[in-house]
Amino acid sequence: MWQSLLDLGYGFGLALQPQNLMWCFIGVLLGNLIGVLPGTGPLTAISMLLPLTFSLQPVPAVLMLAGIYYGSQYGGAIGAILLNLPSHPPHAVTCLDGYPMTRKGKGGTALGLTMLSSFFAASVGIIVMVFGSPLLVQVAFSFGPAELFSIMLLGLVAGSTMSRGSPIKAVAMTVIGMLLGTVGTDVNTGTQRFTFGFLQLADGVELVALAMGVFGIADFLMNVNRLGHIGSLAKVRVRDMWPSKAELKQALMPMLRGTAVGTLFGAMPGTGPTITTFIAYALEQKISRTPEKFGTGMVAGVAAPEAAAHSKTQVDFIPTMSLGIPGDAVMALLLGALMIHGIQPGPRLIIDHPDLFWGLIASFWIGNILLMLLNVPLIGIWVKLLQVPYRFLFPSAIFFIAIGAYSVNNDFFAIWEVLVFGVLGAVFTALKFPVAPILLGYVLGPMVEENFRRALLLSRGDMAIFVQQPISAAILGFVILLLAAQVFFAVRAKSGLRRLPLAA
Amino acid sequence: MTDGNSKAGGGNARRGLLERLMSPRYRDHLGGLLLIVIGLGAAFQAQGYEVGTLRQMGPGFFPTALGIILALTGVVLFGTAIAANARLAKASKAAAHDTQQDLEDEPRYSPEWRGWFCICVSVAAFALLAEYSGLLPATFACVFIAGLGDRENSLRDLLVLSVGISIAAVVVFWWGLGVVLPLFSRSFM
Repeated sequence: MWQSLLDLGYGFGLALQPQNLMWCFIGVLLGNLIGVLPGTGPLTAISMLLPLTFSLQPVPAVLMLAGIYYGSQYGGAIGAILLNLPSHPPHAVTCLDGYPMTRKGKGGTALGLTMLSSFFAASVGIIVMVFGSPLLVQVAFSFGPAELFSIMLLGLVAGSTMSRGSPIKAVAMTVIGMLLGTVGTDVNTGTQRFTFGFLQLADGVELVALAMGVFGIADFLMNVNRLGHIGSLAKVRVRDMWPSKAELKQALMPMLRGTAVGTLFGAMPGTGPTITTFIAYALEQKISRTPEKFGTGMVAGVAAPEAAAHSKTQVDFIPTMSLGIPGDAVMALLLGALMIHGIQPGPRLIIDHPDLFWGLIASFWIGNILLMLLNVPLIGIWVKLLQVPYRFLFPSAIFFIAIGAYSVNNDFFAIWEVLVFGVLGAVFTALKFPVAPILLGYVLGPMVEENFRRALLLSRGDMAIFVQQPISAAILGFVILLLAAQVFFAVRAKSGLRRLPLAA
Repeated sequence: MTDGNSKAGGGNARRGLLERLMSPRYRDHLGGLLLIVIGLGAAFQAQGYEVGTLRQMGPGFFPTALGIILALTGVVLFGTAIAANARLAKASKAAAHDTQQDLEDEPRYSPEWRGWFCICVSVAAFALLAEYSGLLPATFACVFIAGLGDRENSLRDLLVLSVGISIAAVVVFWWGLGVVLPLFSRSFM
């Protein structure tokens, strides 16, 4: 425990170095900027800005990426509250009560509350991360390929079933991502898989191109001519942002509960951010004395989901960093970025790169404070940015994506990849498939395959190895439980549907 | 890229059919079929790599397994879509209740061919022009063509935007970040 605090102190020393601080600041600022723009969420922000970090050292690069992440997450809340425009799915919940607050002239207060609850929740998440990660690392060292395979399977299954929408569609998208992950040279035999004669595919599908296509171009394809002009906005003044004492009191308990929900779900691999915020909101509604007032601008309806989203964001880093297993698409993207920098997250990360790990944790805190400081003076500018018409925005963004994809390897082929994945992503989105699991599958797929093959090599082809190891067996049991629950709910929902017309 | 273009070109004649297929009633049929095709295609392609046995897995084993799983999810999706439609048809007969409304409560959009075409061409134009004629023409064409995809953009607005982004491209990427693309390459002249 003391060791953790000492390490944390070391991390603060690193994160406060002027150069690192500067990159963290730039990350938060750019992330916030892109997050505010209509129609662009954290996934778009990170994929667009990823190429910028390639010229940096690993530590500042990671600090900057983390800054982009929570900067864009907060930026998205601004659009959700002031415009009823959720550019990142988790913010759909924030819209429910945030936008009514704006219409009542309380938009500034809602933003202030969002800021306070996200800062509080992030702080709690960071503390959990400081003490939780070393524990998990100790456990993780005893993991063999069978355990790792089972945990990854849990992450993939939970990621597909614990999100909103059709589970079978999410599973399909995860599998598509895993198939994309197999493209390229097979590490064990050197066989070229699914390269179709393209030499450029020998190293696999480019992560940045995939993310930019699926989250960037596909979004533009879906939104063009549909995201219209945004009318004038309520003016938000800085002094409006500080909530009154009564509002603070109203927000306190929901904030605590939201943080708890986020922390709990962040620790579970694979549970998406959207479901977390929905659960936090539903919980508030359930225990509220005035549940019917939700949706009309309740303080609790803004504070709880925002707190849940931000504590989950922080806690999500625990499995990502200490096991090397990302919890959701954003984490998968960050993990992929780390690997591009030559760093393999996993139990050895804290030992091999203590600077990176503890520096990152310390930078979270610093970054979140920077975020608060930035948003007070800049809120007026952000509100203006919200009014940038989409017709100017997306052509500029397409250029940034195209040149960003090119600059990863100075290769034109990546631009073509962006185009193909963009069209693919848009077709799937139009058919109401969730596209985020593609990225999760893409990053996890090769790891799943490697551990699967290794485990079966050790057991000489005996599948029983996965249930003979106690930890692996327990995790697989949990996977089956998740699947069984899914089938149960699906059947119950169907029988409910059958009854519905009779009741009507 | 050819995907987007051929759809944009051939779509006009079959607009009705495609729109119908994308509607809530039929899109899961289409999605399921798509998954089956991709899954079986991947599994088939993977047969070309050595599949091996559980004991000694070859490079084809995992892709084959994934392809089959994907095809299976496609079958399940297709099956549930048929079952859901059958149930709704039955329910609407029994209750004489217009279920069409339940199915289509979300806003419906007609396919956005102009936007799709311009965005796809814009990305392709950047890739081609950047390779053969340099950063500046590529940037200008990319922004200009993409902007044409929006019905509200006027030519004057687009010119201003494209020139502005081109200047930003030179300052930020060429001069600032040192992207190795030449501003104009020789073949441009």
